[in-house]
Amino acid sequence: MAKMNLEQLRKLREDKKQDLTRREVEGKEIQVIVGMGTCGIAAGAKRTFDAIVDAVNAAGLGDQAIIRQTGCMGLCYVEPTVEVVAPGMPTVIYGKMTEGIVKDLVAKHLVGKKLLDDHIFDRPAADIMKK
Amino acid sequence: MVNAKINGIPVQVAEGTTILEAARKVEVKIPTLCANDDLEPWAACGICVVKNGKSPKLIRACCTPIDEGMDIVTNDAELVSTRKTVIELILSTHPDDCLACPRNQECELQRLAAEFGIREQPFPKKIRGTPIDTSTGSLILNPDKCIRCGRCVKVCQDMQNVWAIEFLGRGEKTRIAPAADVKLGEGPCIKCGQCSAHCPVGAIYENDQTAEVWEALLKTGDDAKTCVVQIAPAVRVALGEAFGCAPGTNLTKKIYTALRRLGFDAIFDTNFAADLTIMEEGTEFVKRFTNAATGKEGPLPLITSCCPAWVDYLEKYYGDMIPNFSTAKSPQQMMGAMIKTYYAGKTSLDPAKIYSVSIMPCTAKKYENGRDKTMYSSGQKDVDVTLTTRELARMIKQAGIDLLNLPESDPDSPMGPNTGAGVIFGATGGVMEAALRTAYTLITGEDLKDVNFTGVRGLSGIKEASIHIKGTEVRVAVAHQMGNIAQVLQMVKKAKAEGKDVPWHFIEVMACRGGCIGGGGQPYGCTDEVRKMRIRGIYDADEASEYRCSHHNPLIKQIYAEFLEKPGSHKAHELLHTHYESKPLYLK
Amino acid sequence: MAYKNFILVCAGTGCESSKAIEIYDSLIREAEAQGVKNDVQVVKTGCFGFCEKGPIVKVMPSESFYVEVKPEDAKEIIAEQVVKGREVKRLLYKKDEKTADTVKIEDIEFYQKQFRVVLRNCGVINPENIDEYIARDGYSGLERALFKMKPADVVSELKASGLRGRGGAGFPTWLKWDLTIKAPGEVKYVVCNADEGDPGAYMNRSTIEGDPHSLIEAMTICGYTIGASTGYIYIRAEYPLAIERLKIAIKQAKEYGLLGPKILGSDFSFDLDIRLGAGAFVCGEETALLQSLEGKRGMPMPKPPFPAVQGLWKKPTVINNVETFVNVAVIMTKGADWYSKIGTEKSKGTKTFALTGKIANSGLVEVPMGTKLRDIIFDIGGGIKGGRKFKGVQTGGPSGGIITAESLDEPITYESLTALGSMMGSGGMIIMDEDDCVVDIAKFYMAFCVDESCGKCAPCRIGTSQMHDLLEKITTGNGTEDDLLKLEKIGKAMTKASLCMLGGSAANPTLSTIKHFREEYLEHIRDHKCRSGKCKDLVVYSIDPVKCIGCGLCARKCPVPCIAGEKKQAHVIDRSRCVKCGECFKACKFGAVVKN
Repeated sequence: MAKMNLEQLRKLREDKKQDLTRREVEGKEIQVIVGMGTCGIAAGAKRTFDAIVDAVNAAGLGDQAIIRQTGCMGLCYVEPTVEVVAPGMPTVIYGKMTEGIVKDLVAKHLVGKKLLDDHIFDRPAADIMKK
Repeated sequence: MVNAKINGIPVQVAEGTTILEAARKVEVKIPTLCANDDLEPWAACGICVVKNGKSPKLIRACCTPIDEGMDIVTNDAELVSTRKTVIELILSTHPDDCLACPRNQECELQRLAAEFGIREQPFPKKIRGTPIDTSTGSLILNPDKCIRCGRCVKVCQDMQNVWAIEFLGRGEKTRIAPAADVKLGEGPCIKCGQCSAHCPVGAIYENDQTAEVWEALLKTGDDAKTCVVQIAPAVRVALGEAFGCAPGTNLTKKIYTALRRLGFDAIFDTNFAADLTIMEEGTEFVKRFTNAATGKEGPLPLITSCCPAWVDYLEKYYGDMIPNFSTAKSPQQMMGAMIKTYYAGKTSLDPAKIYSVSIMPCTAKKYENGRDKTMYSSGQKDVDVTLTTRELARMIKQAGIDLLNLPESDPDSPMGPNTGAGVIFGATGGVMEAALRTAYTLITGEDLKDVNFTGVRGLSGIKEASIHIKGTEVRVAVAHQMGNIAQVLQMVKKAKAEGKDVPWHFIEVMACRGGCIGGGGQPYGCTDEVRKMRIRGIYDADEASEYRCSHHNPLIKQIYAEFLEKPGSHKAHELLHTHYESKPLYLK
Repeated sequence: MAYKNFILVCAGTGCESSKAIEIYDSLIREAEAQGVKNDVQVVKTGCFGFCEKGPIVKVMPSESFYVEVKPEDAKEIIAEQVVKGREVKRLLYKKDEKTADTVKIEDIEFYQKQFRVVLRNCGVINPENIDEYIARDGYSGLERALFKMKPADVVSELKASGLRGRGGAGFPTWLKWDLTIKAPGEVKYVVCNADEGDPGAYMNRSTIEGDPHSLIEAMTICGYTIGASTGYIYIRAEYPLAIERLKIAIKQAKEYGLLGPKILGSDFSFDLDIRLGAGAFVCGEETALLQSLEGKRGMPMPKPPFPAVQGLWKKPTVINNVETFVNVAVIMTKGADWYSKIGTEKSKGTKTFALTGKIANSGLVEVPMGTKLRDIIFDIGGGIKGGRKFKGVQTGGPSGGIITAESLDEPITYESLTALGSMMGSGGMIIMDEDDCVVDIAKFYMAFCVDESCGKCAPCRIGTSQMHDLLEKITTGNGTEDDLLKLEKIGKAMTKASLCMLGGSAANPTLSTIKHFREEYLEHIRDHKCRSGKCKDLVVYSIDPVKCIGCGLCARKCPVPCIAGEKKQAHVIDRSRCVKCGECFKACKFGAVVKN
């Protein structure tokens, strides 16, 4: 992308804002977002990330899901943390998502449309940018 | 101007004046330890804390500018107890061997502890047992005595731009050490000794060689040698400070007497050798200057080389400029060579049976006397031992000589009598002035009507002047305090690189602030005030001299007639000139 | 086959103890009984906070938020919510009992005490994608500054916002910037202090890792305001991920023309560079940081001159920490009016804290200024791990003091924490429980300061080491009451006479524990006893001959070994050789090994 002027920045912002409000990103309905701050990575978030990619592909959902990273969600005591956005399901943050549980997550939440017991944690605060 | 109060006393000072300086103005003494007038406040020790009005905060007087309306309190129960605790803490890391310390009775920490009436040390001693570093032969580093005031580091880095000393380690493990943690003698140290002159305690001091000299003086029988001594120009106006005189008090003739009473067999004056230096170096300059077009006598500018710390600096930092360096030895080494050749011949003494001592304001002179093989031009070590002014004071005291009440006497011939040009070698600008007085005559064949070149005198770091000799302009520069020299040399290099005329033809450099009068071996407590008074003493001696130009010295004429032939002769080159080589900053 | 409803039962420690499991079981039973088990999934979740109103049950997608739920409510919840598709009004949380205004999950700020301003993008956007930052109004603050405001307007905006420095002392940010503007000189610099060094503090690291563009935007705004064209981010080399993401972000911003020459087509040019610190704690002190940035040994310098007048390379310099800058980005985006409504009168906005130590939910939190310590520790942090008793909380790291249970209801502001003998500091919050020994903690922090003192000034260099030795004496049972006086004497002198705040505050943990827990110090000194058992030298292990059955397990576990005894006979510990590892104590199944 070349250097922008003011108008170009404003247009880019509007375009991207609409992307954010749409449930699907890049035409994909499922989003799996892994907390990849140092705290998350120390707790194994990189392995979790890779395991999610593998499990999603194995479940044949590769073309419907986008798996991406974000910073620390603030829930350092239950790292790694993973947020899952899927059609027909409430958006939830899962904690203690070590690689071993990832298969379960994909099988239950994404395929079986069931929430996982004992792993759901709350987003710590409302989003000030939404108001 | 700023109006404030200190202990209720109104004070008016210029903006930017520190609380410490303002307090001095109204005769209020705030105790300090790390502060030093030569240095920017480093604010390390925490002794100079004061309060402002009712604020509970303690502020450091050394580095805080006094503001309009401030109401400074310098003494109350809390301030005294805080300072006392800090002193007790410092003492807990300082050995208690005051009686055997080179700084005994001249130690700023000792004095502070005495002033605060410290009678017990509540905290356990924590001494690290760091080994003593004697590698330079000029200076001794005893890190265990160090109170981390930072003066030596600041002096070495900020004033001198040498960077031989640094803080290493952190927290309680912080120590002063040679940079890169090598031995001091293996790094960039130029032995100027400014660290030792600024150290408040016995952590860095001159290598005290008085014992060796005593041994030589007291020896009898077949082993006994003829002990010959020379004293440098700057010593005469500073030694008195160790005996309670005001700085600048000229004790030349009493010092001659004292040296005789110490047992020296012949007393010579380095001033004489300074005259000799002028003849050699002046001639060298005139040759280079008058042959500037061809450059066959060497490049311009000519740079003086009487300062051994500067010689070391140039060899380490500016090896590429060696061709610009005067090959003339320093007066100390010229005198050394003359003593063991000319004087030995005249008195039919075996040079090996002469013990040659020099009294210098300088610690680097201890290094110079063995710098390279040209320092052995007589076949012997030309100068056997160099003592600093501080060491001489110690010897005089040890011998029970009442210096101030001594009768006056004259130096011995033939290398005693000297000129005003010789004595001003002791101050910044003096070598240049003395050289110009003679160069003028060498070029024109006429004598100057006014021999005073005031433009090169004084304490500004870099001084410039130009004189017209037979319609030709001679441009000169004088730099002192090592940190000021880089700027001068950079300008020379830049001009050369751009193919321009050099900015100056002749440059004088002295490593210490104020020149040799501010040398690293001079009595403690040197400030710009002290330097000015010592310089005054030097120029007063010049004014009072019978002869004020080196070439007028009858004994100089005699020595050339009898021995050296003429300035720059083959013999003069053998005995009075040296050479230099580029050196690495670090040996390893 | 998807569920129509999801019922989330909070099964955090607090709610679990208040019958969450029973509620969970009842809900499943009822769903089955009412024949809707295929329409609803009941799940156990982690703590939602708001524990005093627990147990909490949330229902999705209706976003119903039920509080103080009892197991017998399960029947009604299933019947109404799942079968009939309507809420159980009486269980909904009401903001106000009178108006009966109920609250939905989307209003979570009402029950979650956090308010994420600095961390608004952390855990939301991909920090390596500038578009996501821009989509969330990123760089609109810069846009506003560059095209709608003069530098003086930015200062006014900051002044109106009430923002104060988040590095510890709370100096008004607008004033710092204004002083730099007014300082004479053409060349000025912007420096970000990202040298986060307090033990247990990682707010700045997480902020940069999660949202690097906020920092870049704010520093650029600062450059525009003070007339600087260069900024430096001084960050410790131990933060490789933060550094990496900053590098990516700077590169992206340059590509977009948000950094570099003629930003967004304006006349303003600004560049940013990263400088790595080697991890010395003292380099968090601004003058030491600037020395280090210049390539010198990091040692604090006297102030004045302040960096605003003579900073980096003796040029006027704004130096703020990461959190302060990020707040600026928010203020410029959402406006000072919006911002100044958060917090208290004198302490505006929010503060991030890193909760560590004996806390159930350790983590990165952000709360409005004025929040009570109790809310942070017990509501957000979920209280003490393992239900142990709260002893104290250390704020401000090694420079702070311990705040005890009595002061838990104190609202957090710059002034209140200082009045409590601690300080805001950068935001580390270390929670201690009854198993922690205060003398041991004081010693820990003092050891930290002994190591991290730069060694420049005498009070700190020697004071910390002497104080540490005295604390060591006390924790090994060799202390005297005179040592307590000495600790106070040195502590006072060090606090008053040190050059920088490292030494000026190094005595705080010791002095505050002596003040609040004098009895415990005296126990160590007089009775040679450490009630928490942390001070090994004061612990004595013995075997009660009555309880000991002579199984020999302790002797087998003893690594020395120093436990002897015949089989089926009472064993004996040779105390002269015991290393006090506690293995025998842990091993004994009969309570025969006694620790005191």
